[in-house]
Amino acid sequence: MGYEPQADLGTPAAIGAATVTLAIDGRSITVPPGTSVMRAAALAGGSIPRLCATDSLEAFGSCRLCLVEIDGMRGTPASCTTPVAEGMAVHTQTPRLQTLRRGVMELYISDHPLDCLTCSANGDCELQEQAAAVGLRDVRYGFDGASHLGQPVDGSNPYFDFDPSKCIACSRCVRACDEVQGTLALTIQGRGFASKVSAGLASDDFLGSECVSCGACVQACPTATLQEKSVKEIGKPERSVVTTCAYCGVGCTFRAEMRGEQLVRMVPWKDGKANHGHSCVKGRFAWGYAQHQDRVLSPMIRESIDQPWREVSWEEALAHTAAELKRIAARYGRMALGGITSSRCTNEETFLVQKLVRAGFHNNNVDTCARVCHSPTGYGLKTTFGTSAGTQDFDSVEQADVILVIGANPTDGHPVFASRMKRRLRQGAKLIVIDPRRIDLVRSPHNAATHHLPLRPGTNVAVLTAMAHVIVTEGLADQAFIRERCDADEYAHWADFVSETRHSPEFLAPVTGVDPAELRAAARLYATGGNGAIYYGLGVTEHSQGSSTVMAIANLAMATGNIGRPGVGVNPLRGQNNVQGACDMGSFPHELSGYRHVSDAGVRALFEGEWGVAIDPEPGLRIPNMLDAATDGTFKAIYIQGEDILQSDPDTRHVAAGLAAMECVIVHDLFLNETANYAHVFLPGSTFLEKNGTFTNAERRIQLVRKVMEPLNGYEDWQVTQELARAMGLDWNYAHPREIMDEIARLTPTFAGVSHARLEAEGSLQWPVNDAAPHGTPVMHIDGFVRGKGKFVVTEYVPTDERTGPRFPLLLTTGRILSQYNVGAQTRRTANVVWHEEDRLEIHPADAENRGISSGDWVKLASRSGETTLRALVTDRVAPGVVYTTFHHPETQANVVTTDYSDWATNCPEYKVTAVQVAPSNGPSAWQQDYDALSHRARRITREPAE
Amino acid sequence: MSSHTPEKLAYMANQIARNLAEQADPAAAVASHIRTFWNPAMIAALARAGATGLEPAAEQALRSLAPDAG
Ligand code: SF4
Ligand code: SF4
Ligand code: SF4
Ligand code: FES
Repeated sequence: MGYEPQADLGTPAAIGAATVTLAIDGRSITVPPGTSVMRAAALAGGSIPRLCATDSLEAFGSCRLCLVEIDGMRGTPASCTTPVAEGMAVHTQTPRLQTLRRGVMELYISDHPLDCLTCSANGDCELQEQAAAVGLRDVRYGFDGASHLGQPVDGSNPYFDFDPSKCIACSRCVRACDEVQGTLALTIQGRGFASKVSAGLASDDFLGSECVSCGACVQACPTATLQEKSVKEIGKPERSVVTTCAYCGVGCTFRAEMRGEQLVRMVPWKDGKANHGHSCVKGRFAWGYAQHQDRVLSPMIRESIDQPWREVSWEEALAHTAAELKRIAARYGRMALGGITSSRCTNEETFLVQKLVRAGFHNNNVDTCARVCHSPTGYGLKTTFGTSAGTQDFDSVEQADVILVIGANPTDGHPVFASRMKRRLRQGAKLIVIDPRRIDLVRSPHNAATHHLPLRPGTNVAVLTAMAHVIVTEGLADQAFIRERCDADEYAHWADFVSETRHSPEFLAPVTGVDPAELRAAARLYATGGNGAIYYGLGVTEHSQGSSTVMAIANLAMATGNIGRPGVGVNPLRGQNNVQGACDMGSFPHELSGYRHVSDAGVRALFEGEWGVAIDPEPGLRIPNMLDAATDGTFKAIYIQGEDILQSDPDTRHVAAGLAAMECVIVHDLFLNETANYAHVFLPGSTFLEKNGTFTNAERRIQLVRKVMEPLNGYEDWQVTQELARAMGLDWNYAHPREIMDEIARLTPTFAGVSHARLEAEGSLQWPVNDAAPHGTPVMHIDGFVRGKGKFVVTEYVPTDERTGPRFPLLLTTGRILSQYNVGAQTRRTANVVWHEEDRLEIHPADAENRGISSGDWVKLASRSGETTLRALVTDRVAPGVVYTTFHHPETQANVVTTDYSDWATNCPEYKVTAVQVAPSNGPSAWQQDYDALSHRARRITREPAE
Repeated sequence: MSSHTPEKLAYMANQIARNLAEQADPAAAVASHIRTFWNPAMIAALARAGATGLEPAAEQALRSLAPDAG
């Protein structure tokens, strides 16, 4: 099929039922009220020439190309700004209109280089199309007068160029940056003919400006002024495949636009229900890692980790691995084996890894990286509401009146959702931010938080209980909701608990560091400001009281009746693309898919019937337990798919010791990651562009991942797991991931109605999908909680054992930034490094001055676990006494410093609080030097001479 | 702290006990939590080490989970 860009209907859809009937060039059409004449014409199958209108933006009415004639109306109104009316008769093509449009077009073209044949647009240009559409043949004005031609191209952004000489000042880019992205980086400077697009100050280039490189302006630009460099280099795409982003939990869908086997660009899909045609820099641009030279494409094995790797055939690698696993099981017992599933892989792949552990290793020693991020969400929401998932869809934010963001930094972590949240804030919703750092949301162009509670790291539970104290003692609780929907005794017990004076904001202020008056005001606003919606992230979960904090959030939502309808709810913002899916698929050692405990004989019987093996009724080991058991000598082999636990898990030295104590570490990944330094078998993985399957985003939305190109390594990841299972003697014969999804649906009630065919037909589905909800469930707990009555849980504030003291007086908290993703394995291998060459330590000016530290200095960051060095950034974004860093670069080894303290309920590590000391330094720590040497040694590969 | 030693297991049990201290029946809550999430080998290792150093609710929970604990 040839290449067609996605249809552009000119102006956004109007909401509501189609009730207005009009005639366009004699064709009758019925559309919702508020629809523009332009959109109605497009829906009727016609097309009116246009330049300043595009359906991702509100109509602007500046170019005057879209003029029409309407019976009974004077003049020639612009069809983009004219709404439809009952009985209207519109004419889109008349001699008069043609003359007018040609005149308009001629003016535009007169200030535009006529080099279409050699233009970098490579034919991807609306101006060219529209000139043809209006039948422009010659231009009466010469290029001799004033023009914008010959201005220098701004190529500073690594992914797109800005060539002002081609600009027609339609301001689509400016409006895209304002309306869609909400960054407001662009302006039109000057007036009339002198007007010109600019990224902020006159001296700024794109890279130096506020621009976050989301690409919305590039997509909106009708000319080659703003254009992807890849289109210039490769040419216009020839075909496209719709697929799902593999970075974050927003789950944007894209058209992967291809030329041959080459990916030209990723264009956000307008029909994507998570992103509605928008994206961030990672999903749109940062896919170069898929072809990076560091990708390992041949399987490799070695006897011990001090030897170089030896490339072998797939057959040899799989036979060797299966033999090792069998040997270890025979010698040390079945409990010596385990596996880790990946939140980056598809549902189908994850399901197979846990099936391999349960049916092939005969135990429940399976865990997933969600252990280190959102396991407390699973525990907390299941306990209080009955389901381990967020309650809303993303669209819900459009009906929120008060948005409470706690421990999340959506503009960096979940940028596309943040753009929608910011749009809602611009419309007047109020914002409460609870975060130790002044994250961008607290103050950004046209948005400011009504309340920012900059708490001391580690005191989330105290702050939330204090908010509950205010709500209950000031009589702001929604008694009707509580009576109808929640367990009365549990509520009474909880209400007594939170009402105690020791939970008042004033009493807790010395602990939390939060101004009591501000906290009271925030609590009142959340309880009484209309629809209250809570969004939270890893700043909630990655604490020794992560699970308690999730339950405290759920308590607040129930107490104020903010559950069970659009605009409210409790919404975890998931880090990785498929964290939700990995959890759903039975990746935890105590649960089978759909969050059913392994001790449930009925559930086990279902799986045993399907798989023909006995399922262990006892919970298996979690990641930290596996590492502990390895150090103790009882755990010997692990299959790790798509995870880098050495870099991402806390207390690196403990992880290294655990891995080093194992006899068979199997790493299945794209790159020789840090964990692979301790591996004996390396199985090459495939990227999301090379596989079929599904991801489930943070709103429980299951979306198809479609193969765009053949896997460079030869196999999709599910095929590799299947071959390993077969080598171990299991009779697996899946021909396509859709067959794995069918098995998931047979075994998992919340997925009962899911199949690839249904997903093809519906675009996406939000679980539960079953007989009661055949089209899925956008908002949960509408008529009642999944568990029956909502459960209020008393959340006692228990301070972390990680305390500051004379040796370690500062608190370190960690996070991430927009351009990078997780441990950076992918994003570091793209041009995104221009925004983040290294991890830096943010430190408050007062703390920096005490220590004689300036921005850019090397500093030593030490905790009781270990020490590392990195460069400092002095900023008052962090409070005095708090320091902050990201963990995107392996050289930094931020997790050498984090401790093995963890959440009491789930052992999710306490990344967000570590007592540290910071001192000037002049070079890498001893651990960094040793590790650097080891990682060079461990990455050696010997290649057999070719025969 | 760096391995599956009894001290670490005791630390985990005590942390659970401290967080469930305000529940209606803390010992039962601790026992149920451990039974749901711990592998039996971990319970056995804690039981072998005995109850020294355990918070009262954790100690009671351990006794109900492993009646022979020392
Ligand atoms: S790339 Fe995004 S942030 Fe940058 S100017 Fe364009 S729309 Fe604005
Ligand atoms: S850069 Fe493109 S979108 Fe922006 S005003 Fe110029 S032509 Fe229009
Ligand atoms: S990283 Fe997240 S926000 Fe960015 S494009 Fe991908 S899914 Fe969307
Ligand atoms: S498209 Fe309507 S005025 Fe530009």
